[in-house]
Amino acid sequence: MKRLDALAFCARSLFAQRARTLLIVTAMTIGTAGVVVLTWLGDAARHFVTGQFDALGNNLVIVLPGRSETTGGAPPLLGETARDLTLEDADALLRSPAVRRLAPIVVGGAVVAFGSRSRETTVIGTTADFLPVRRLSLAAGRFLPDEANVCALGATVCTELFDAKSPLGEFVRVGNRRFRVAGVLASGGMSLGTDLDEMVALPVTQAQALFDSPGLFRIIAEATSKDAVQQAVTDVRRIVTARHDGEDDVTVITQDALSSTFDGILRALTLAVAGIAAISLLVAGILVMNVMVVAVAQRRAEVGLLKALGADASTIRSLFLGEAVLMSLLGGLGGLFLGELASRVLPHFAPALQPGVPLWAALAAGLVVLVSGVAFGTAPALRAARLDPVQALARR
Amino acid sequence: MIELQKVCRVFTVGGQAVHALRDVDLRVGRGEYLSLMGPSGSGKSTLLNVLGLLDRPTSGTYRFLGDDVTALDDDAQAKVRRLRIGFVFQTFHLVPRLTTAQNVALPLVLAEVPPAERQARVEAQLRAFGLLERSHHRPDELSGGQRQRTAIARATITRPELLLADEPTGNLDRATGADVVRVLENLHDEGITLLVVTHDQELGARAHRRLRMDDGRLVADVGHGLGDRRATEAT
Ligand SMILES: Nc1ncnc2c1ncn2[C@@H]1O[C@H](COP(=O)(O)OP(=O)(O)OP(=O)(O)O)[C@@H](O)[C@H]1O
Ligand SMILES: [Mg+2]
Repeated sequence: MKRLDALAFCARSLFAQRARTLLIVTAMTIGTAGVVVLTWLGDAARHFVTGQFDALGNNLVIVLPGRSETTGGAPPLLGETARDLTLEDADALLRSPAVRRLAPIVVGGAVVAFGSRSRETTVIGTTADFLPVRRLSLAAGRFLPDEANVCALGATVCTELFDAKSPLGEFVRVGNRRFRVAGVLASGGMSLGTDLDEMVALPVTQAQALFDSPGLFRIIAEATSKDAVQQAVTDVRRIVTARHDGEDDVTVITQDALSSTFDGILRALTLAVAGIAAISLLVAGILVMNVMVVAVAQRRAEVGLLKALGADASTIRSLFLGEAVLMSLLGGLGGLFLGELASRVLPHFAPALQPGVPLWAALAAGLVVLVSGVAFGTAPALRAARLDPVQALARR
Repeated sequence: MIELQKVCRVFTVGGQAVHALRDVDLRVGRGEYLSLMGPSGSGKSTLLNVLGLLDRPTSGTYRFLGDDVTALDDDAQAKVRRLRIGFVFQTFHLVPRLTTAQNVALPLVLAEVPPAERQARVEAQLRAFGLLERSHHRPDELSGGQRQRTAIARATITRPELLLADEPTGNLDRATGADVVRVLENLHDEGITLLVVTHDQELGARAHRRLRMDDGRLVADVGHGLGDRRATEAT
């Protein structure tokens, strides 16, 4: 039997049973759409997170006090601080030729007030290089010029204290100290969960005094180039070890390692979620098998007739397998269409998601649905092909 | 064209052997018109199925057109059926979702005849069988006689040498039955070898050669040259 004729034969048969066909195709469509949408969501989330890491800056090396036991490169959540990381340590790191610039960081919480307005906010103590290292920009003024009592405001803090007025030159109180507002950050900066719009930046020594702690929260150093990152890491370790009486008691993370760790985690998560969604395809596949088994039973006489007319086993097999595959294909196409549609519509409500199903996800979903059609259609088709023509033709 | 030698067909039902055919010897020449009669369960359908390559004998040999077809594998047998043998059944066995034209075209589709030629042959066949106005009707829109004519048109569209009919008029009233018999006899007149299984004495008597079965044996072979009959028995 020619392929086109076989296709027409299958299509007629599916059309004759349109209610049943529609049911199966719908199940396949939902299954495929599920795989496609979840894969797309996972992938979009991964892009979002890695995008956040990239937005941190270029070729960053992050130095944290305390030795982390984890070797994978994930940030230590609880470092047992053997020795504080100090401002002097930070200055010493600049001796490495691989380090272009760095920003020591102290973090705490304090009340910031202007006149009668006040609010609780995050306070970051750092230096002027924080701005280029983190690739942030200012809305107005300068970021922590070399003076003792200056500060920079995050965009939200600024509007809450000053409304639309210019805060430049005004004095705000942070904790029990007064600082002149020298700069305002442009809004939109995010730093791994810390909203830079919601903070106040102080010179690092002022913050240390405010929180009464000589230790640094972390140091963010920028390597001179991508290739210099490893050199910078080695130098940082060497310098700190030398300064800490031979103890290598800091954790050094590179932005790349951090980014690729999260990338890997989210990739695995995406695959896991897609795999779970694929179970619905499995269910749809079992539905296909069930329907085909019933079809073969109902059409025994037809199989017998086709054999009497001279159809060989492979023809019978391909006719029944063809129906299963055709239903899977229709469902797969429907699912891809629905999935693509969802991935174009949903970003209108969640702009962080980038629209469009990745090609690999569409191909994978298409392949899975096709394979399930073949896998679940084969057994009933084989059964039909093996039917004894005499018994199949006999009336029951 | 047909030569059966000591053909047996034994079914095993619940551990017990049922002898549907016992040592059947039969020679049929090209262009013969035979009827096969006998009581129910005597093995008529079984013999027909063996002759049509739908069933294999348990023992014995079957030569069709000179070749030992019992030695062929399933696919090779299917090819012989496709090109050389036509079947007509008591219950028509039309594919319900296909139109008359599509049902008649099925053997050509299976034989991979190109669509243009297929269409022309189907149309000619439908015209010859008086079914042209019914070509786009489905089986459930046809009368019993029209259904059987469609089935015969389908069975013969590949111009097979052998046409096997198992109680072709069993589901039809007398008048339509007679009509179907005329159709079959016309085909015989055109040269086809025709074997009809029937319970209808009148129909059976029309055949030039009348076979009778009982309990799996061929017990009568009337209208056939006696010498030939002896020759068959001698082998
Ligand atoms: N598939 C089968 N399994 C077991 N026994 C069978 C099978 N087919 C036929 N038989 C037995 O073989 C014998 C012959 O059956 P067959 O159908 O050939 O009879 P028949 O002459 O065609 O009868 P009828 O006139 O009722 O159609 C019967 O005893 C029947 O029960
Ligand atoms: Mg019978």
